[in-house]
Amino acid sequence: MKRHLLSAADLSYDDAILVLDTAEELAQVSERTIKKLPTLRGRTVVNLFFEDSTRTRTSFELAAKRLSADVITFSAKGSSVSKGETLKDTALTLEAMGSDAVVVRHSWSGAPANLARWIRGSVVNAGDGTHEHPTQALLDAYTMRRRLGRLEGLRVTIVGDILHSRVARSNVLLLSTLGADVTLVAPPTLLPVGVGSWPAQVSYDLDAVLPKSDVVMMLRVQRERMGPTGEQAAAYFPSAREYSRRYGLDVRRVATLADEAIVMHPGPMVRGMEIAPEVADGVRSTIVEQVANGVSVRMAVLYLLLGGSDSAIGSPS
Amino acid sequence: MNHLLKNVRPYGESATDVRLVDGRIAEIGTGLPEGSSRVHDGAGAVLLPGLVDLHTHLREPGREDAETVATGTLAAALGGFTAVHAMANTDPVADTAGVVEQVWRLGREAGHCDVAPVGAVTVGLGGQQMAELGTMADSAARVRVFSDDGKCVSDAGLMRRALEYVKAFDGVIAQHAQEPRLTVGSQMNEGVQSSLLGLTGWPAVAEEAIIARDCLLAAHVDSRLHVCHVSTAGSVDLLRWAKNKGWKVTAEVTPHHLLLTDDLAATYDPLYKVNPPLRTQADVDALREGLADGTIDCVATDHAPHALEDKEAEWGAALPGMTGLETALAVVALTMVETGRLDWRSVADRMSHTPARIGRLDGAPEPQGRPLAVGEPANLCLVDPGARWTVDPHESASRSRNTPFVGRELPVRVVATFLRGRPTVLDGKPAPA
Repeated sequence: MKRHLLSAADLSYDDAILVLDTAEELAQVSERTIKKLPTLRGRTVVNLFFEDSTRTRTSFELAAKRLSADVITFSAKGSSVSKGETLKDTALTLEAMGSDAVVVRHSWSGAPANLARWIRGSVVNAGDGTHEHPTQALLDAYTMRRRLGRLEGLRVTIVGDILHSRVARSNVLLLSTLGADVTLVAPPTLLPVGVGSWPAQVSYDLDAVLPKSDVVMMLRVQRERMGPTGEQAAAYFPSAREYSRRYGLDVRRVATLADEAIVMHPGPMVRGMEIAPEVADGVRSTIVEQVANGVSVRMAVLYLLLGGSDSAIGSPS
Repeated sequence: MNHLLKNVRPYGESATDVRLVDGRIAEIGTGLPEGSSRVHDGAGAVLLPGLVDLHTHLREPGREDAETVATGTLAAALGGFTAVHAMANTDPVADTAGVVEQVWRLGREAGHCDVAPVGAVTVGLGGQQMAELGTMADSAARVRVFSDDGKCVSDAGLMRRALEYVKAFDGVIAQHAQEPRLTVGSQMNEGVQSSLLGLTGWPAVAEEAIIARDCLLAAHVDSRLHVCHVSTAGSVDLLRWAKNKGWKVTAEVTPHHLLLTDDLAATYDPLYKVNPPLRTQADVDALREGLADGTIDCVATDHAPHALEDKEAEWGAALPGMTGLETALAVVALTMVETGRLDWRSVADRMSHTPARIGRLDGAPEPQGRPLAVGEPANLCLVDPGARWTVDPHESASRSRNTPFVGRELPVRVVATFLRGRPTVLDGKPAPA
């Protein structure tokens, strides 16, 4: 593995499989009464969150704690960052405190890459702007493999705001590395110019794609993308109602899926917008599982980046 | 003092001697006697007219931490320039006679090269109300080039009026072509790279739509339009079309757009963030072609110095811009001369004669961009065509370090620069006053 995890493209096929297998191993720990391993004792993991994210932050925090690392969490609010301290100064401060790994969430694309130039420890991208969110892609792949038993040849359909989605970018890269066939479905305004170069198919027609999908991953559509036109940006589509009608996953659409097909969502969901509540809570849904799997996958990432070479959970006791 | 340049090759052609007396070229010929002149052995160096930049940000007044008129013009002299046009987006904006005269005077006092201030088209670059263009034209700074550079004069009605108005004093509107509604939040060229990097795109059409509109407006009112920092293949096509119509449209390209491409953004190093953004190799090829065939009239640096804290930041938070005065000629040599697209006479045309003519400096009281001929002002630059050097930002005379060419090996080196017969650079270093 490379020293940092900035992009899903940093992972070779073997790296990705190693993360998934290690996560599989570590998941056993979560089933124990005492859910803690001594593996990263004495190591320091810093969670640096410039953007609110309860889900990802707590997931990384729990992952590091289960491996016995010392964990410090900086949130932009209430830290020196809000006083105008630059990313570089924050990085140098953390470096001086001796952090072994920095998990960073930032609203600007590329901020983790900038950080990686200024510190010696490992940097884990926990979501940067509209760029990538590689551990989300890893936990999604992990969830798919657990539910469906394979990734090779799996038909994965990702639906929604591809243009602004870091989850979509990381998933496309990782899933193509792992041999899955990805189809992106969105209104044309929510697909980036240049998407034709991605290792994925593109469709504007959800109904046509659903029966040929093993996995349907719904993405959140943010309120500010909708009409009416704001002062700064033109609307990407006319109304929530029309979006939901054309691209929402409702009960009728789910009925067209193959028997084994699963429904995923990285959260947070807008129930009734991109996904109907019945679908989110239905038997095909892996949404809650994804959260649980997130901890195992992040444990695996931290363990591997911080130099784990022996079995992650030690010899059987 | 009089100077005798021995064994120099005007426009890179046959070797001769050139004597400078009282600020002018007094003699050109082989075997000129030394007399009382200070002798400089050119050793076969290429002699060019002093370079003229149509597009320089000197940052003074307002951001003297990034650049001053003195440091910027010294960097210019080291790059072979004897005149630069100082862009208007200072703080306060150069939208009054007072500010343009101040910048002009600071240039005279520094003495490294002439400074021709550019006046803002609109008050405060606000895009609403026309600035007092005539007063700036009549001032001691003799402003002829007007630009809201950094911002586009996007209002078509205002652009039309500005184009019409400057005809009274032979001015030109230099447009920063960027349709604002198509570039909200834009960070880099829109295309394959931006899609992967998750950076908001700056589409080529946002430049081309404004250029097309402005060419039509310039034709309609029969005025002069200059297009700043052309960056796309489509823009070159539009300019070719406008020129075929015989319209008074000129254009510039920057050295960085002649060499660099948008894949550099993958580093997320804001050193490569610039406006207009770096484009694709197809655009680079079209720009080189356009500069070679004259569709693009000249090279202009868009030298845009920035303080360290404005570049050592996240890509999205960093300011766009690159320094370029000291590397311009070398990059043009690399991309245009070494590839056989331009000879040195054409380089002199694209970097001295033509920009001076667009800025109307060729007919100014102290003319710039004149040919290498007896009786002309001795604004000269002497270039070692065989040199190769590695760009080190810490060796720059600019107060800023944001060169995208850091660590690159470039050809040709400016050995000496003369401003009206007085050396501003000798042996590649600032000449003692």
